[in-house]
Amino acid sequence: MNGTTTPLLAGTGLRKTYGATPALVDATICVRAGEVLAVMGPSGSGKSTLLHCLAGIVAPDAGRIVYDGRELTAMSDRERSALRRREFGFVFQFGQLVPELTCLENVALPLRLDGLKRREAERRAAGWLDRLEVADVADKRPGEVSGGQGQRVAVARALVHQPRVVFADEPTGALDSLNGERVMRLLTRATREAGAAVVLVTHETRVAAYSDREIVVRDGTSHDAELVA
Amino acid sequence: MSIGQAFLGLLESHPRHGYDLKRAYDERFGQDRPLHYGQVYATLSRLLKNGLVEVDSIEPGEGPERKCYAITAAGVTDVERWLANPEKPDLYLQNTLYTKVVIALLTGRGAAEILDTQRAEHLRLMRDLTRRKTDGDLADQLICDYGLFHLEADLRWLELTAARLDELTREVRS
Repeated sequence: MNGTTTPLLAGTGLRKTYGATPALVDATICVRAGEVLAVMGPSGSGKSTLLHCLAGIVAPDAGRIVYDGRELTAMSDRERSALRRREFGFVFQFGQLVPELTCLENVALPLRLDGLKRREAERRAAGWLDRLEVADVADKRPGEVSGGQGQRVAVARALVHQPRVVFADEPTGALDSLNGERVMRLLTRATREAGAAVVLVTHETRVAAYSDREIVVRDGTSHDAELVA
Repeated sequence: MSIGQAFLGLLESHPRHGYDLKRAYDERFGQDRPLHYGQVYATLSRLLKNGLVEVDSIEPGEGPERKCYAITAAGVTDVERWLANPEKPDLYLQNTLYTKVVIALLTGRGAAEILDTQRAEHLRLMRDLTRRKTDGDLADQLICDYGLFHLEADLRWLELTAARLDELTREVRS
């Protein structure tokens, strides 16, 4: 990793409190274009809150987040929402696919929301299902596929609009070892091929081993040695 | 890893020369630590002495004679016994990391840095194994997974020890 390259996404001095509970005390993190960064730490250490802040889902109480030269923390809700839809992709532990839609329609959804015609959106979606080795479930609904297949569909959906950053929060948390490995192998292969960065929140070291480097969050605090002051 | 028993297992399918045995062993089990020829011939000589292998044939040549080794009935029994008996789980109760942590605390140094440094080193090795696994065949995956699960267990210990450092410091220094 070249320490002099400007990060694609950086958060400094982040603080966030929920009621009386401090979730982030002083968190610093940077993500470089195309890298897979693991965010590790014990349960309740603040790693998911850090991901939510970085992705513009939650606004920090203090601190600064800069994405590609633009200050996320100074954007309006509308601007942040547009940024999330166009430039970011998300994979969560579960519950992310729309149950009424088929897997193909689920993957095509981000493109449809961005105004792409159905036919073209579904053509691209089918290509991603194929890359994630779940082309055979295209016409099934999420309730009809296994956990591992559903998660691979979710990865396809996160990548279909070619985001520059994919945020993955415990993406293998609900899967057995074998399916977890398969999701990680396909997720990292697909994002590397697409040149997207991944912010991977996990407490499992075997999952973190798919990353290029890691930062550790403890008691809401993290330091990133890669960040240029 | 018992080289002797692995040799016996490799010889069970058909007789082999010492060189073939080394090559078969290195290919399947010795990715990180290929055998030295000295180890190969010392092992074969021990197996021969114990009646677990025998010389099947000798090929004369320009250089030294090439002996071809075959497993004996006693050798097959030995392989069966080895496979049937579980390995003694090694609890690593006196492992170096534990010693380092305690010595650091006893001498008034910080142990958190030792644990963090070790953590990073463990993860570095896990990344190497994960890359090897991702690029390799099923045999590579199985070998790498074995290593990965063991490293993961160490990391869990490191994490838990880091969480208990204050308590351990009080206990060690009291």
